[in-house]
Amino acid sequence: MKILLGNIGDSDYRRQPVIVQGMTGSFGSVHTRLMREYGTNIVAGVTPGKGGQTFEGVPIYNNVSEAVSNTNAKISVVFVPAPHFLNATMESLENGIKLLIAIPEHVPIRDSMRVIEYAKERDARIIGPNTPGIIVPGTIKIGIMPADPFTPGKTIVFSRSGTLMYEVAYNLSRNGFGQKICLGIGGDPINGTSLIEAIEMVRTANSNDPIVIVGEIGGDAEEKFVRHLEASGISGLMVAYIAGRSAPKEKKMGHAGAIVYGKYGSAESKFESFGRLGIPVAKTPAELPLLLKDKAIQ
Amino acid sequence: MRLLEYQGKELFKEFGIPIPKSCIAFSIEEARSLLTNGITFPIVLKSQVPVGGRGKAGAIKKCQNINEVESQFSILINKEIEGESPRGLLLEEIITISKELYVSLFLNRSARCFSLIVSATGGMDIESTENRFIVDIASKSDIEDIASRIAGMAGIGSENHQRFVDFVQRLYKLLCEKEAELVEVNPAALLKDGSIVALDSKVIVDDNALFRHPELIKYEEATELESLAKKNEFSFVQLHGNIAIIGNGAGLVMSTLDMVSDAGGNAGAFLDFGGSATSETIYQALTVISRVKSIQTIVVNLFGGIVRTDLVAQGILRAYSNNLITVPVFARISGAESVKAKEILNDSKAHLFDRIEDAIHAAVQGIKSQEGKTIL
Repeated sequence: MKILLGNIGDSDYRRQPVIVQGMTGSFGSVHTRLMREYGTNIVAGVTPGKGGQTFEGVPIYNNVSEAVSNTNAKISVVFVPAPHFLNATMESLENGIKLLIAIPEHVPIRDSMRVIEYAKERDARIIGPNTPGIIVPGTIKIGIMPADPFTPGKTIVFSRSGTLMYEVAYNLSRNGFGQKICLGIGGDPINGTSLIEAIEMVRTANSNDPIVIVGEIGGDAEEKFVRHLEASGISGLMVAYIAGRSAPKEKKMGHAGAIVYGKYGSAESKFESFGRLGIPVAKTPAELPLLLKDKAIQ
Repeated sequence: MRLLEYQGKELFKEFGIPIPKSCIAFSIEEARSLLTNGITFPIVLKSQVPVGGRGKAGAIKKCQNINEVESQFSILINKEIEGESPRGLLLEEIITISKELYVSLFLNRSARCFSLIVSATGGMDIESTENRFIVDIASKSDIEDIASRIAGMAGIGSENHQRFVDFVQRLYKLLCEKEAELVEVNPAALLKDGSIVALDSKVIVDDNALFRHPELIKYEEATELESLAKKNEFSFVQLHGNIAIIGNGAGLVMSTLDMVSDAGGNAGAFLDFGGSATSETIYQALTVISRVKSIQTIVVNLFGGIVRTDLVAQGILRAYSNNLITVPVFARISGAESVKAKEILNDSKAHLFDRIEDAIHAAVQGIKSQEGKTIL
């Protein structure tokens, strides 16, 4: 995942060309503007039938192939509606996209599975779907997060939820924990990048950057993540938060992936996992920076 | 979307998965006519509710004759199970079985594939079963081969082997073609003649794939409120308490729900109206909430940034002036124009806070003091 690594504030980093699939839609256009304001190098948009037009000076192409051959982009952020997600993302992977930020919610599970499998064959990475994207505060954002809550720093945040990621970043920023990178895993049952893959992507040897895991009920991502920490011996300054511990069982709590079946996906199971490694779990998002401070002193 | 047992069994039938002879009845008249038209005693009456553990909950009754059906039917059809009213009763013939199995195909989220689980102890809570076998099904793997292997592990005898493999293959076909997240049979019965019959069904289909499956739409059930919420693209879950929780984003609303519960409050509704919030979205959200009768107070947690909080405040004000809502609103609305938002709501029954903890505290105290008054 070299695309995402680099020195913060590095101008090369900012020059990394990004295309937007679905740039001309209401959502896509708003966020294209906001990403550019933040410094992201948006070089092209893709909207079938609108090739040859421009959006605020950015050229639009009919397909990914033209967009890529004209810009050499390796990163795409996708805003197309869920029923078109499969075709749009397969097209970008076929045409050499290596990092794909999948914003849409309501993507069918099988479509996600197919795209993620194909991405593996092509040595590409998907973030999401149903993710707010990635932000390297102060440098670049590829996604739909507001800029305000984020400040540059050292803390790494992985979150299964969008707005909670903003809330957590806001609380961290107010308490002096700026962020190195915040990455939205996504609220779906199937994610292109798991917590395990996310930590492997950003981890560098001997780094003691604080890590904040924002999880929620549903699935076993947190449990598997903790097992990975145990097996690989990764340790350090880490705290967690799990949303949904008072939710009823077998009800989808907003996210397609936030559902508990028996013990599978329950908050207790996740608390147990984090507890085993002594990773403190905050009761509220506001408590996270306090736990980090406590842990940093120890 | 979780299908009821009888709906899952309709799909089983379509895919050639053996089930006992059974029929759904929504009234005692229908049940009587079924019993003169081919369903023979002894039978079980099974309450059609979307919850597990029906046997223990007394939602399944054996009947030897028509008199027992007459007396049991009205009891069972009116008996709520975990807050769920029965949608109907399944009348099913009892068959003689020699052994029970647990068989399921489920979405293995972290492995990003489906997995087959088989246990030779069916009819149990599968989580507490030691004796279970799990095999992941990669997209290119051969389900026949997997079924055959797992049959060996679970000790399924040669007399049942081929039928078992066929049974699993058909379940898998159903899983794929209907884009299900789960197809579970607990228990599946092994009969003396070597055949396998699905005694129960639990099928959950992918809501997000329903647009490709018009044939499944008939199984969709939504309350009036759920339909209204869905029309607005809100996620809405009705709960049992008196505090409605509204916000933008599933994680944030779940987090608010937890904090309300920690503060001693009792949530009555969960409503996530998604990332973008305008005057209109909050107004529509309050419209949904206004129809939940138990609600006495509303907590709004809105994390802004891109959201214009003054527009949200206007939506709340409009809900009051149109008498859509009369109960107090305790809101934390962060984001652009929040000073303006406070001015807009200054003379209303809405209270704005900078911290969600404070909004929740005020909401719960408000409810408690109201309850105090009623007791006095």
